[in-house]
Amino acid sequence: MGLAKESQFHVLAVDDSLVDRKLIERLLKTSSYQVTTVDSGSKALKFLGLNEDEQINSNQPSVSPNNHQEVEVNLIITDYCMPGMTGYDLLKKIKESSSLRNIPVVIMSSENVPSRISRCLEEGADEFFLKPVRKSDVNKLKPHLMKTKDNNHQKQENKEASETTEVQPQPPQPQPPQLQLQQQQQQSNNKKRKAVEAEGLSPDRTMPRYSGLTAV
Amino acid sequence: MEVGQLQRQFVEHTASMFHEGFLDGQFSQLQQLQDESNPDFVVEVVSLFFQDSERLLNELTRALDQKCVDFKKVDAHVHQLKGSSSSIGAQRVKNSCFNFRNFCEEQNTEACFRCLQLVKQEYLLVKNKLETLFRLEQQILAAGGSIPMME
Repeated sequence: MGLAKESQFHVLAVDDSLVDRKLIERLLKTSSYQVTTVDSGSKALKFLGLNEDEQINSNQPSVSPNNHQEVEVNLIITDYCMPGMTGYDLLKKIKESSSLRNIPVVIMSSENVPSRISRCLEEGADEFFLKPVRKSDVNKLKPHLMKTKDNNHQKQENKEASETTEVQPQPPQPQPPQLQLQQQQQQSNNKKRKAVEAEGLSPDRTMPRYSGLTAV
Repeated sequence: MEVGQLQRQFVEHTASMFHEGFLDGQFSQLQQLQDESNPDFVVEVVSLFFQDSERLLNELTRALDQKCVDFKKVDAHVHQLKGSSSSIGAQRVKNSCFNFRNFCEEQNTEACFRCLQLVKQEYLLVKNKLETLFRLEQQILAAGGSIPMME
């Protein structure tokens, strides 16, 4: 099945801090990822081939259809607190873009604010890491990257199928709103738990544990 | 000085930096990220930290010197300093930033100024100690020895 050659995953890291960019780059490279670092959300969008002022219209084909493929990014990891465009703003823009919305996004923050974490997860972030980010955090990225590889592979298969036959595979039917909301809620709860557990693990972390999550 | 002595000094110096709280576990994380393919990683990151901190401390001095202090700006700089010191494991610098941010919120210029002095002090202390550490490393390597692994 896996005929595509094993290529390195490419991660785009966004952080306005020089020190943190250096750190995240090294962390990602030790996991054998290809890394590009930028110091702002707007530079990230530029790199991804999305004009910041572009009208968000999912029916509109992308202006340069090959642009995204040349600069294939498999995951975006971004700091939350940045001047200008915050990590949250960047996340929103990515999720609103038809060409970029399937790229997993991870948010990093030095501040442990439950409402912030919830907001990001609800907006579609796949993980939330507390800074300073460690190797154990970076190890959690693999499943998200594997998921996109499968998706890309699936898309490739679908594309080939549609080219040869007229019958296109149906996209998954949208679930009834209630069920979808429940699932989303569950998913974000699981991720919240992950974020909480992650910061409670090692003794030299000075972050206080919080036992329950209260929506603010 | 012979290698054994240098290595002992290195171990003692590192241990005391941790015991006295100048460094925390994050610094060990940095050391673990260093290997043969990236033998200067720690020195590189720490150098960036020095660069960044000096810039921020200058900005802070300037900002607090204004007739009308822009506390939002001051807070933003302290936030950055807290972040980068946390990222390299410079624990005492990081901790000295907590109170600083509280006084920014209170818009207390006097207290902020005192905090700035404290942060500068902690920064210079850790800088000196880290430079000593790196110097010892260089000396050990130059004498043909290897850097002892710290637990």
